[in-house]
Amino acid sequence: MKEGKGVWVFIEQRGGKVSEVGLELLGIGRELAGKVNEKLEAVLFGYQTGSMVDELGAYGADTVYVADDPLLEVYNSDAYAVLMQELIEQYKPGMMIVGASNIGSDLAPRVAAKVNTGLSAHCIGFDVDEHGKLLGKVPGFGGAVMADIICPEDYPQMATARPGFFQKLERVEGRKADVVKVEVKLRQEDINIKVLGTSKEELTARPVESADVVVAGGFGIGGEENWKLVEELADALNGSVGATRPPCDEGWADLESQMIGQSGKTVRPSLYIGLGVSGAVHHLVGIQDSKVIVAINKDSKAPIFEAADYGIAADFRQIVPSLIEELKSITG
Amino acid sequence: MKELHSVVCIKPVPDQRFWDKISLDPKTQTLRRAGIPVALGPLDLNALEEALRIKESRGGKVTVVSMGPPGTEEILEWAIVLGADEAVLLSDRAFAGADTLATAYVLASGIKKLGDVDLVFLGNESLDGSTGQVGPQVAEFLGMSHLTHITKIDLTGDNKLEAKFRIEFGSIDVEVKTPVVIAVDKEINEPRLANIWGAVWAQERKINCWSINDVEVDRDKLGLSGSPTQVAGVTTIELKRKGEMLTGEPADIARQLVKKLQTDKVLPEA
Ligand SMILES: Cc1cc2nc3c(=O)[nH]c(=O)nc-3n(C[C@H](O)[C@H](O)[C@H](O)COP(=O)(O)OP(=O)(O)OC[C@H]3O[C@@H](n4cnc5c(N)ncnc54)[C@H](O)[C@@H]3O)c2cc1C
Ligand SMILES: Nc1ncnc2c1ncn2[C@@H]1O[C@H](COP(=O)(O)O)[C@@H](O)[C@H]1O
Repeated sequence: MKEGKGVWVFIEQRGGKVSEVGLELLGIGRELAGKVNEKLEAVLFGYQTGSMVDELGAYGADTVYVADDPLLEVYNSDAYAVLMQELIEQYKPGMMIVGASNIGSDLAPRVAAKVNTGLSAHCIGFDVDEHGKLLGKVPGFGGAVMADIICPEDYPQMATARPGFFQKLERVEGRKADVVKVEVKLRQEDINIKVLGTSKEELTARPVESADVVVAGGFGIGGEENWKLVEELADALNGSVGATRPPCDEGWADLESQMIGQSGKTVRPSLYIGLGVSGAVHHLVGIQDSKVIVAINKDSKAPIFEAADYGIAADFRQIVPSLIEELKSITG
Repeated sequence: MKELHSVVCIKPVPDQRFWDKISLDPKTQTLRRAGIPVALGPLDLNALEEALRIKESRGGKVTVVSMGPPGTEEILEWAIVLGADEAVLLSDRAFAGADTLATAYVLASGIKKLGDVDLVFLGNESLDGSTGQVGPQVAEFLGMSHLTHITKIDLTGDNKLEAKFRIEFGSIDVEVKTPVVIAVDKEINEPRLANIWGAVWAQERKINCWSINDVEVDRDKLGLSGSPTQVAGVTTIELKRKGEMLTGEPADIARQLVKKLQTDKVLPEA
């Protein structure tokens, strides 16, 4: 498409509940809609959606396009992508933002290819240029810079947004959105994918994204045996363990629950301690809201020292045991 | 049971140990990777492993496909050593500078040329681009369904399979008809290591290089000019903090740090 109007955000739902990232998108969407002076419109696919639609009005949507059908109860890429394409072609939005959750990252590229437009992946910030075009901000290669990705010719201007990077708006009880009901003609027989069931994992450890103290280990930890030191320090501080990407690739840490940064979790602890972390922007963007940042790295030129409040240029294997000892004196 | 033809898309990514040597071309705003050794991304190895296991249990063959500049044959050779039957490198100046849509378009054109394909495997995301977009987009160009974040596959019939789609704190189990495009996660399997037979096997196989003349493509959809997204600019971000360095003996440093953290009220007083 060569034109479009309105800022659309995709609202992911699970088990009949609006996801947190959906509400965050309404927050950033409102800001963008203000900049281009257009409406903020939410798209919701699900089943028995009534209360969710009300929620979206309360969190700032001007319009809610809602498709309500048993086929849409659980995410199904065949059904969702076809429906989204129809909707985009009919209503021609100017921008479309989807959360970079697993479901959003599955849906958005397929839809972008269907309507033949560009897609900026995993953005952690947005802006609008002087022509009203969406700029998606992503940490650049190697992690030293931030790149602005633009889609200069095609509409809608699409992007996925990292969960946890945007603030949702204050809930306004009774604030209502216009509701546009979308007819669902698609049937299970028309598509190849069939949902058999869903399962939910219970949380075991305290998730790193809500911990008040985070101790993160990097590639400098060097091996599984040494990883214990990271955990011991976290224990001494009653905190949670996080990681950069390489330890997750190596299997010392868990990618899904512990990786911090652009492609992982965003943490907001009062205290973050990085051990053997070099300080790539990909990781730093996930810790920048920490109140105090401490870095222990044996290379005094490691970039993380610039982003830290306190730096210790030493081998973590020497510092951590002393630190644990010292902490005993305050925790008793 | 029907034998299956699996295609695995493998991406040449710059070897992580050389990332600091990569620079941005100020004119095209694309990455300058010349001279940087390439490697196979970790998830692409999981994708290859899954295809090899299917071949071993069901019969059939595995073709690896990659789009990249000349010189990236290395990773295809490696895939053959691990057990792939055929390899195709899609390489042409016209393909360069592609975003995910233009990349997927070229990969799909190569896969179409291979003829009957039952399964297309990819890594869920690459090590460098890390967008995870190529899989669903290849599927669109091939007119197949797609699955991403897949941690388990069970072939349940000649033309269907069941798969586990991992989502945050849970999963969605699906059944899908083949042909289908599947992007896999790390948990799906443990990739094999090469053995000595691999080198022997590889000697008898060659890598096909296909240029723009070997595939059916619309020139306007290729490379930098066929990519809807562009880099509008690059900025350095301000993440600077006070960066106060603590020095001394370990015990001394520990004492200083704890005191400062107490003053900052992020640790309790004794
Ligand atoms: C698109 C994309 C997305 C990415 N997303 C993320 C992300 O979300 N999160 C993330 O973390 N990364 C991400 N990365 C990777 C990122 O660019 C870096 O490669 C990664 O953060 C580096 O991790 P590191 O600091 O642990 O390892 P390295 O850069 O290898 O640094 C290890 C450090 O340990 C120090 N060290 C070694 N031994 C010791 C010792 N004994 N004592 C003390 N210090 C020691 C070294 O001096 C070095 O500075 C992404 C990359 C890309 C391309
Ligand atoms: N140039 C390429 N050649 C072959 N496969 C690719 C290429 N780019 C991406 N892929 C595949 O797509 C997956 C996801 O890549 P990305 O979308 O870049 O994160 C990779 O793991 C590869 O399997």
